[in-house]
Amino acid sequence: MLEIADRKFDSRLFTGTGKFSSVDMMVDALAASDSQLVTVALKRVDVASSTDEILTSLDPNRFDLLPNTSGVRTAKEAVFAAELAREAMQTNWIKLEIHPDPKYLLPDPIETLIAAEELAKKGFVVLPYIHADPVLCKRLEEVGTAAVMPIGSPIGTNKGLKTEDFLEIIIEQSSVPVVVDAGIGAPSHAARAMEMGADAVLVNTAIAVSDDPVAMARAFKLAVEAGRMAFEAKLAGVRERASASSPLTSFLD
Amino acid sequence: MTFKGEIEKYDWDTVEAQILGATRTDVLAALKKTGKRTLRDFQALISPAAEPFLEEMAQLSSRLTKERFGNTIQMYIPMYLSNECQNICTYCGFSLDVKIPRKTLSDDEIIAEIKVIKRLGYDHILLVTGEANKTVGMSYFKNALRLIRPHFSHIAMEVQPLDEHEYRELAEEGVNTILVYQETYNKENYKEFHPKGKKSNYLYRLESHDRIGRAGIHKMGLGALLGLNDWRTDSFFCAAHLDYLQKVYWKSKYSISFPRMRPCAGGLNLKSPISDKQLVQLICAYRIFNQEVELSMSTRESQTFRNNIIKLGITSISADSKTDPGGYAGDVKSLEQFSIDDNRSTADFVEVIKQQGYDPVFKDWDSSLQE
Repeated sequence: MLEIADRKFDSRLFTGTGKFSSVDMMVDALAASDSQLVTVALKRVDVASSTDEILTSLDPNRFDLLPNTSGVRTAKEAVFAAELAREAMQTNWIKLEIHPDPKYLLPDPIETLIAAEELAKKGFVVLPYIHADPVLCKRLEEVGTAAVMPIGSPIGTNKGLKTEDFLEIIIEQSSVPVVVDAGIGAPSHAARAMEMGADAVLVNTAIAVSDDPVAMARAFKLAVEAGRMAFEAKLAGVRERASASSPLTSFLD
Repeated sequence: MTFKGEIEKYDWDTVEAQILGATRTDVLAALKKTGKRTLRDFQALISPAAEPFLEEMAQLSSRLTKERFGNTIQMYIPMYLSNECQNICTYCGFSLDVKIPRKTLSDDEIIAEIKVIKRLGYDHILLVTGEANKTVGMSYFKNALRLIRPHFSHIAMEVQPLDEHEYRELAEEGVNTILVYQETYNKENYKEFHPKGKKSNYLYRLESHDRIGRAGIHKMGLGALLGLNDWRTDSFFCAAHLDYLQKVYWKSKYSISFPRMRPCAGGLNLKSPISDKQLVQLICAYRIFNQEVELSMSTRESQTFRNNIIKLGITSISADSKTDPGGYAGDVKSLEQFSIDDNRSTADFVEVIKQQGYDPVFKDWDSSLQE
């Protein structure tokens, strides 16, 4: 079972609430995913209203909310947004997203590290969205983040695990859970991340934008479960070519 | 360095000839490409040679838009603060020489407009003015923004070109987005269309987005007035402008609008009208060229056009709009900048969006996200 900070999760598939064709479709797809942690953009919800359509549609017994700071460009803005989200959504969990580049939405490592440290000190459970940078992951761990969320490829691109070699290093070195976030476009990508030993994956676009989000959500659920099962069963090693039939060192025997 | 240095690398007539000379092979190469398309690809996509490929372009544009923006359409509404204007623009209903009653909203009138707009459900607002610096200048804007800011999550302004420090001041008052249309990128024709007023300064307008970018504005909008000059060549320069801006001001978001010239009180004389088919071609070409740019549509267009454009690449759209100052709370129709073609209510238009399988999004920003 996956543990992050004080919580345990049966499901290793985290999901998002954006890009769905309707709130009803979102609710159905999230239910089919069996996900227990759902990220919500602060900018999309009406924090002043108790009747916000997205928030009221998510059953609190089923889903934990993971507010995100999408839209901020600096550490200062991120800290402010996190505090607002904590107030509005009644959770100290925060998906820290600082992407000053609105084109590829790539995270700013410097601002993210600064904000992560401050938010951790303020008692937040910080899950930072970051590049697949092994050193940055260790630095974030040191300032107290509850997990790290390296990208597979640029967000929304569905390109899969373009950062695979670096994800392997991150998974090998990390003392906190590694959640592969962004770029996972197909269940096979999610399965691969789990086989590699990622603790969880976060998938949004690939589910929301598919022709049948409910079926796709279920496909991801199964892929994540299969990948995790394979990881725990330990994959047999892969060999580039067959073993040599005449050993080179037999003369030593 | 500003866009001036970039645009001077091009010659208008050469660009026009390149677009008209694009071949079927160029179009196919642009469509089949898997990576980023170049400005040369954009030329091919807006060329007459691409017209037989409109369906392919539409399919591709629709798919690329969905990947990036999902099944959502952002909703906004314009509020005209004033139609006073010291410029002569030979095509515009607010032009100084057009004899229409002039009006600038008072505090009470702004508050009345806000009330009606909020009842319609909008949270993203676009403020529009003419250019009358003495009466509708920075102090007027600041006062208006203080009245408007508490009621909206996202404020955009379509305002005359300003100095960099003035853009900073607007940002401090809560403005997220600034829109400036170049009208035409052709320097010589620009002077014919804008013979009088501060707007006759081509270069000051051309460099507006550089000042907006330096001021750190979150999003900027650009566009050419379609029909004023050769729409293909103007759109090429607009795409080149976008390309330049994205590289230099990489923290800003961008939005393209498609103001197609329509009948208005100033009368009209179109050099190069753009047809419905060509406008669809242009919208799809922008999307295929740039997957991230927001594409925006107003109520200038007809119901049928707007119903069908939702799926083709547009990401934000207005409805239920009035283009005369005080038009929401009052009932005056004689002051409008351009005539509205789609008069459907917000509720009706929301239904149309939903029927197409898209979620109309009224809130996608929060004022707390701005420092």
